[in-house]
Amino acid sequence: MNQTSIIAAGMTFMAGAAFADLPVLSVYTYDSFTSDWGPGPAIEAAFEQTCECDLQFVGAGDGAALLARIRLEGQRSDADVVLGLDTNLTAAAVDTGLFVPHGLETPGLTLPIAWDDEVFLPFDWGYFAFVHNADMENVPRSFVELAESDARIIIQDPRSSTPGLGLLMWIEAAYGQGAPAIWEGLADNIVTVTPGWSEAYGLFLEGEADMVLSYTTSPAYHLIAEEDASKAAAPFTEGHYLQVEVAGILGSSDQPDLAQDFLRFMLTPDFQQVIPTTNWMYPAALPAEMLPSGFETLIEPDTALLLSPQDAARLRDEALAAWQSALSR
Amino acid sequence: MAIRAQPLTLLQWTGAVMAALVFLAITAPLAAVAWRAEETSVLGAADWSAIRFTVSQAAISAFLSVVLAIPVARALARQRFAGRGLVVALMGAPFLLPVIVAILGLLAVFGRNGWVNAGLGLLGLPPLEIYGMHGVVLAHVFFNLPLAVRLLLQGWMSIPSERFRLAVALGFSNANMRQHFEWPLLRMMVPGVFLVIFLICSTSFAVALTLGGGPRATTVELAIYQAFRFDFDLGRAALLGLVQVAICAFAAVAVLGVAVPQVLGAGLDRAPVMWPEAHRHRFIDGAAVLSAALFLMMPMIALGLRGVPALPTLPAVAWEAAGRSVVLSFATAVVAVAMALPLAALIARGRARSILELVGSLSIAVSPLVVGTGLFLLLFPVVNPTLLAIPVTGLVNALAALPFLLRALVPAITEAELTQGRLATALGMRGWPRFRIAILPRLRRPLGFGAGLAAALSMGDLGVIALFSAPSQGTLPLEMYRLMGAYRTDDAQGAALLLLLLSLGIFWLFDRGGRLHAAT
Repeated sequence: MNQTSIIAAGMTFMAGAAFADLPVLSVYTYDSFTSDWGPGPAIEAAFEQTCECDLQFVGAGDGAALLARIRLEGQRSDADVVLGLDTNLTAAAVDTGLFVPHGLETPGLTLPIAWDDEVFLPFDWGYFAFVHNADMENVPRSFVELAESDARIIIQDPRSSTPGLGLLMWIEAAYGQGAPAIWEGLADNIVTVTPGWSEAYGLFLEGEADMVLSYTTSPAYHLIAEEDASKAAAPFTEGHYLQVEVAGILGSSDQPDLAQDFLRFMLTPDFQQVIPTTNWMYPAALPAEMLPSGFETLIEPDTALLLSPQDAARLRDEALAAWQSALSR
Repeated sequence: MAIRAQPLTLLQWTGAVMAALVFLAITAPLAAVAWRAEETSVLGAADWSAIRFTVSQAAISAFLSVVLAIPVARALARQRFAGRGLVVALMGAPFLLPVIVAILGLLAVFGRNGWVNAGLGLLGLPPLEIYGMHGVVLAHVFFNLPLAVRLLLQGWMSIPSERFRLAVALGFSNANMRQHFEWPLLRMMVPGVFLVIFLICSTSFAVALTLGGGPRATTVELAIYQAFRFDFDLGRAALLGLVQVAICAFAAVAVLGVAVPQVLGAGLDRAPVMWPEAHRHRFIDGAAVLSAALFLMMPMIALGLRGVPALPTLPAVAWEAAGRSVVLSFATAVVAVAMALPLAALIARGRARSILELVGSLSIAVSPLVVGTGLFLLLFPVVNPTLLAIPVTGLVNALAALPFLLRALVPAITEAELTQGRLATALGMRGWPRFRIAILPRLRRPLGFGAGLAAALSMGDLGVIALFSAPSQGTLPLEMYRLMGAYRTDDAQGAALLLLLLSLGIFWLFDRGGRLHAAT
C-alpha cells in the first residue's frame, strides 16, 4: 500500500514535470461529464493526442451550478471553455458578457433544428420524454391524455434541476397561454417532485411511479448497457422539447486559440462518438448511421420544440409561477 | 458558586477562541455572499410560506422524535438483554445515511411497492400513500429518532451507580425513580436534544421536497436553491441564510431557557447495577425497543438486500473513494473533538451559556449552499477551490458535528464540574491537570459517542463545496451520486451499502472505545 502510494506520488510528479511546458486548457463542465462513467476521460485522452496541451476538466455541479460558478468567478476565472450549459441558460450566460464568439463554421451539425448561435456551439442534444416500463398499458400520447389518465408521474423541480426546467419550457412551448391549465390537469398525476434527475429516476426504478421525466435516449442505456429492453419512452403528439447542450469560450481565456481548437475538435467524430454511450444523448455532429446499435430502436419525435434562448429567459419566471400555483393547491 | 469565581483556564480560553472561530466560519461565508449581492432583497409572501412550512415540519418532526425516543432510551437504560449492544450500535445508522439512500430505504418499506403496502394488499386494505407532510415527518423521525435515543441514553447512563445502589437499598418504587432520576434528567436533556433535531430538520430540503410531494413542501433551503441557481440573486440567498440564523436563534433562546442543569449525584464510576425492579417493566420496555428496532431496521435491511449483489462487482473507483472517505472521517473526528472539548468546557462554566450554545448550533442551522458559496467566494481569490474541496469538506463536516458533540459533552462536563469539580478545586487543582484528572475521565463515553458521530456523519456527507466545485477524485457519497447520475443504479446501491457499513463500523469503533472503560 505504502509503496504503491509512493510510486503513485512519483508518477504524479513526473507527469507534472512532463506537462510542465505544455499549455493548459481548462474546461469547466458539469460533474457527471468528468466522472469515470462520463465522456470526460476518453475525450481528454483523444484531444491530448493532437493538441500538445494539457486538457483539464473541472467539474461543477450541474448546468445551472456551472453558470453560477462562472458568474462568481467573473473575469478572474481560470476557465478557458465552459461546456455543458443548455439553451435555457445561454441567454443569461451571454448577458454576463463573459463569453466571446466562437468564430467557427458549423456545416456538419446533425441537430433536428437549425443552429446559428455566434457564441455557443452544441456538442450533444436529446429530447425530453416520459419514460415508462414497456409493459405499461394505455400509455398516454399527449399531455392532455396524460392529465386525463390516472398515470402516476415523477418530475424534477425546475428550481433545482435542468430537466425540471426543461419540462416547464416544453409545456410552455407546446401550449403557451394554455400552459397553466395543463399544469392544473397534471397536478393530480404528479406523485412527487424531486430535487434532481437522479432522485426522480431512482424513484421510478423503485416502482414509485408509472412514468418519469427523462429523455428519449434513456431506454438506450438499459438496452445497451444492461441488455434490458423493458423501458420505453412515450411519444407525445405535441412534439418533444429539445435539450441542446453547448460549449462556449470565455473572453478572459489566456489560451483563445487552443480553446477554439477544442471547440473545433468537439464537432469531430473523435469527440462525438464518445457521447452516445457515456452521456446517453445524441451527438450534435455525427450522422445517424454512426450511432451505436440500439439507438435505432428509440422513438423519433415528428416535431422538435425549442424556445429561443431569449424566449426561454423571458418566459421562465412567469412559467415557474404558474407551475408553483398549479401544484400548490 | 465556587467554579464561577475561578478565572478562565487555558482550556476555557481555547474554548473562547474556538467559539469565535466557529462563529466566523459560519458568518464570514454568509457575509461574503451578501457582499457580492448586487441588490438588496425583501421577503415576499412565498418566502413567508416557506418559513412557515420549514418551522412547522421541523417542530413536529423534532417533537415526535424526542417523545418517541424517551421510552426507547429508558428501556435500553434499564434492561439488559442479549443483543442490546447491537441495538444501541445500530441506532447510529439512519442519520449517517446520505439523504437519497435513506429515502430509497424508506420507500422500499413504505413506498407504493413497499413491504407495508404489500402486507396491506394481502389483507385487502387500500395502499398507504407516503407523499405529503406525514411522509416528511416519517422520514425525519427515521433519521432523528435514533439520534434522540442515543443522546438521551447518554443522560441515563450518566446516573452514577452509587445512586442506583442507594435507590435499591431504599426500595424505590417506579414513581420514586421517576421523581428523583428520570424527571430531572429529562428536564436537563430534552430541550437540547429537541433543539438539535429541530435545527437539522429546518435545513432539510431533499427529504422535504421529495416526500412532501411537490412545491407545497418548499423549505427555506429550497428557496435558497432557487435564489442561487434559478435567479442568481445572491442578495436573496444571503437574506434567506439570515432567516435560517434567525430561526436558529429564536429556537435556541426559546428551548434552552427551559433546560435546567441538574445534580444527579456524584459517583466513583463503578460498574452499573440493575435498575430497581427492572423485570417488572420488561413487557413495556421490550415493546418499545422492538417497535423502534423494527421501524429503523426494516429500511436498512431493504438497503442491505439490494446492495449485497452489487458489492463484489463494485467499480474500483468506489473502493478508492471509500478509502478517501475513511481518512477524511478520522480527520474530521479529530478536528471536531479539538473544537468541541474546549468549547464545551467553556459552556459548562455557565456564563453566556445561551450565546455559546447558539454559536455551537449555528453550523447545522445555516444553509450548506450559502456556506459553500461563501467559502468559495472567500477561497477563490487566494487558491483553487477545487484543490481544497476535500479539506474544506472535512472542516465543514467537523463544524456540522459540533452541535452533537456539545449536546453529549456539555451535560457531562456540567455534571462532572458540579460533583467532582468542587473537590478538585478544594484540593487546589487547576488548569489542565484539574481537567485531566477530575473531568476528562467522566467524558469518555460522550467523547467516544461524539467523535464516532462526527466521523460517521463525515462519511455520509456529500460536502458543501461539491455543490459547485467537485473534486475529480471524490468521496464515497459523491461517487455514489455520480453512479446514480450515470444510470448505474445497481452499483449505486452497492456503494450505498458500503457507505452504510463503513459509517456504522467507524461509529461503532469510536463509541466502543468510549465505553470500554466505563463498562469495567
